[in-house]
Amino acid sequence: MAETSHAPIDLSVAMITQAPALADWLVVAPIIVCLTGGAFLLTQRKNTALQGWLAMLILALLVAVCAGLLMHVLNNGPIIMTMGRWLPPFGITFAVDILGAVMALVASTVALFCGLYALTEIDEQSQRYGFFPFLILLLGGVCGAFLTGDIFNLYVWFEVLLIASFGLLILGNERPQLDGAVKYALLNLVATTLFLIATAYLYALVGTLNMADIAVRVRMLPEGAPINTIVALYLVAFSMKAAAFPVFFWLPASYHTPRSVVSAVFAGLLTKVGVYALLRIVVMLMPESRSLFADLLAWIAAATLIIGVLGALAQNDIRRTMGYLVISGIGAMLAGAAIASDLGLMGAILYAVHSMIVMTALYLVCGIMIRSAGTHDLRKLGALYGRDPLLAAIFLILALAVSGLPPFSGFWPKLTLVQAALETGYGWLAFAILINGFFTTIVVGRIWVMSFWRGGPATTPDGETIDLTAMPDFPPKQRRALLLPVMGLTVLVIAIGVLPRPFLTITAGGAGGLIFQDGYIEAVLGKTANLQGQGNMTEPHNASGESQ
Amino acid sequence: MEVAFAALIGIFFTVAIYLMLSQHVIRILMGVVILGNAVNLLIFTSGRLTREVPPIVPQGQVIADVSIANPLPQALVLTAIVISFSFFAFLLTLAYRAFQELGTDDTGDMRVAEPVNEPAPPTGY
Repeated sequence: MAETSHAPIDLSVAMITQAPALADWLVVAPIIVCLTGGAFLLTQRKNTALQGWLAMLILALLVAVCAGLLMHVLNNGPIIMTMGRWLPPFGITFAVDILGAVMALVASTVALFCGLYALTEIDEQSQRYGFFPFLILLLGGVCGAFLTGDIFNLYVWFEVLLIASFGLLILGNERPQLDGAVKYALLNLVATTLFLIATAYLYALVGTLNMADIAVRVRMLPEGAPINTIVALYLVAFSMKAAAFPVFFWLPASYHTPRSVVSAVFAGLLTKVGVYALLRIVVMLMPESRSLFADLLAWIAAATLIIGVLGALAQNDIRRTMGYLVISGIGAMLAGAAIASDLGLMGAILYAVHSMIVMTALYLVCGIMIRSAGTHDLRKLGALYGRDPLLAAIFLILALAVSGLPPFSGFWPKLTLVQAALETGYGWLAFAILINGFFTTIVVGRIWVMSFWRGGPATTPDGETIDLTAMPDFPPKQRRALLLPVMGLTVLVIAIGVLPRPFLTITAGGAGGLIFQDGYIEAVLGKTANLQGQGNMTEPHNASGESQ
Repeated sequence: MEVAFAALIGIFFTVAIYLMLSQHVIRILMGVVILGNAVNLLIFTSGRLTREVPPIVPQGQVIADVSIANPLPQALVLTAIVISFSFFAFLLTLAYRAFQELGTDDTGDMRVAEPVNEPAPPTGY
């Protein structure tokens, strides 16, 4: 190598010259844990005696790391880490603010409880086909999506979690699963491709992929730049990922087909990633275009709230009912994004947290109910109270929580959203949220009455109970093992309901980060980054494009 | 150059959407492949097109004298190609397995997960 290139080049302008602080490694730690853990578990696929507990170890480590990350972010504000030594906006940046850290922590906690449930539910054959590696890799995709600060990287994480979810969805290879998986896979793939299309146009417009840099450049766009068209594309893509009206049909087609723990993981994590991306990209990065679409978003939210719950009312299969309840919850989060005041966004984030926990718990409870009664048909369920009073109590708590009644976790986000809607003149949206709560109460109340309260299947006379010993065999040891993780989630539901203060404070911080983006931008692009002076660091293509 | 590419991408999208509107899974899959390629071309064109100057800075210089090709879209396209290819492989297998199990590739007839005449839920006790 010639030594002539020793001209004094100041690398610190464009390169990172110092290693990041040790605590900042927490930003990528969840992904490192998931990817190495998933790869390791893949090698232990055939070791069915051990791999479940190894997976629990990895998930517990993931929860610890995410909790540490949230503490770090709460104390120090948004933190970043950039790959490949290139300073932002050139290197791929991971940037975590309160919203991302909260979502990652809740997602990993929910996954840990699902993992505990899966230890009993997932049979040996499904373990050999890789349930636990898929679960961990899915978590890797979810955490990556929550933590990244680069829009193309977000697309990559979407695909990571999508391919892992395919693996989980078809575990068992049954006819309904294959049927559901075809629809799930095709529609989700189209949705992520739509996201990629929008990102390509956005890159053509602003010449950057770094989210903070996008936020800066979107403000400086000339009059007439087609940013609103791009936002419309993003809205369609994220609505499809989040299962909002009218593009939710992949969800009720597929969510009831896999093992109940897989449905629980999906219900808790996947649609919320779509909502998170909507909050991050549309609400935070392009606030002006979002306010242009605010009324449309509000209509979509109201339609999702109402049609979701009406769909739930029309179902006979309790698992499909839960699928529609997931959809109606998405409506509440979109309502927060439509209002987009700090109270509205806080409600949306809090609702996302609540919905992740409650919907997962409800799917797990449905799994136990189906095992207990041997059917998922509302006409044939019955007498479960006599069989398992504790399960009846847990279902009732979760039912009240999902309907938004105090003193459980659903009450506070709904209260916040209704208050935010009334404050900003969206009275009808508040009405839709309340109507949704009313119908949800009927839906879950009906399930509780029919499956727990009455003495047996549909034709059982009033006041009589069928012979409980005639019900399918369900060893008490297994039942206890399945109930334990559900009880853990129920404790969380009660904790959020009774002691809401810390949750309200943290989610308010997350909402504040979405509205006042400057903290995030400063953390990524540096304190000295003059928001106007960024223009002279143009990408090479701007010059080359004009020279054509 | 960009105009010609834009027209080509438009044709790709048209064909892809037309195929994806079909009822048959195999045509939808063809549509998905063409859609993926349309997006790849779109990303490539988004980075602006230049004539064959590779993005390599000559030795001894800090920046290139001439305007060079934008390397970023090429990296993005590579990633997108790998992802769409692996997804297509999975979807083909899935569609074939579904065809084996369900005996049809017509999405109108694929009603195992959502039966046609499902009974209404009970309205009373």
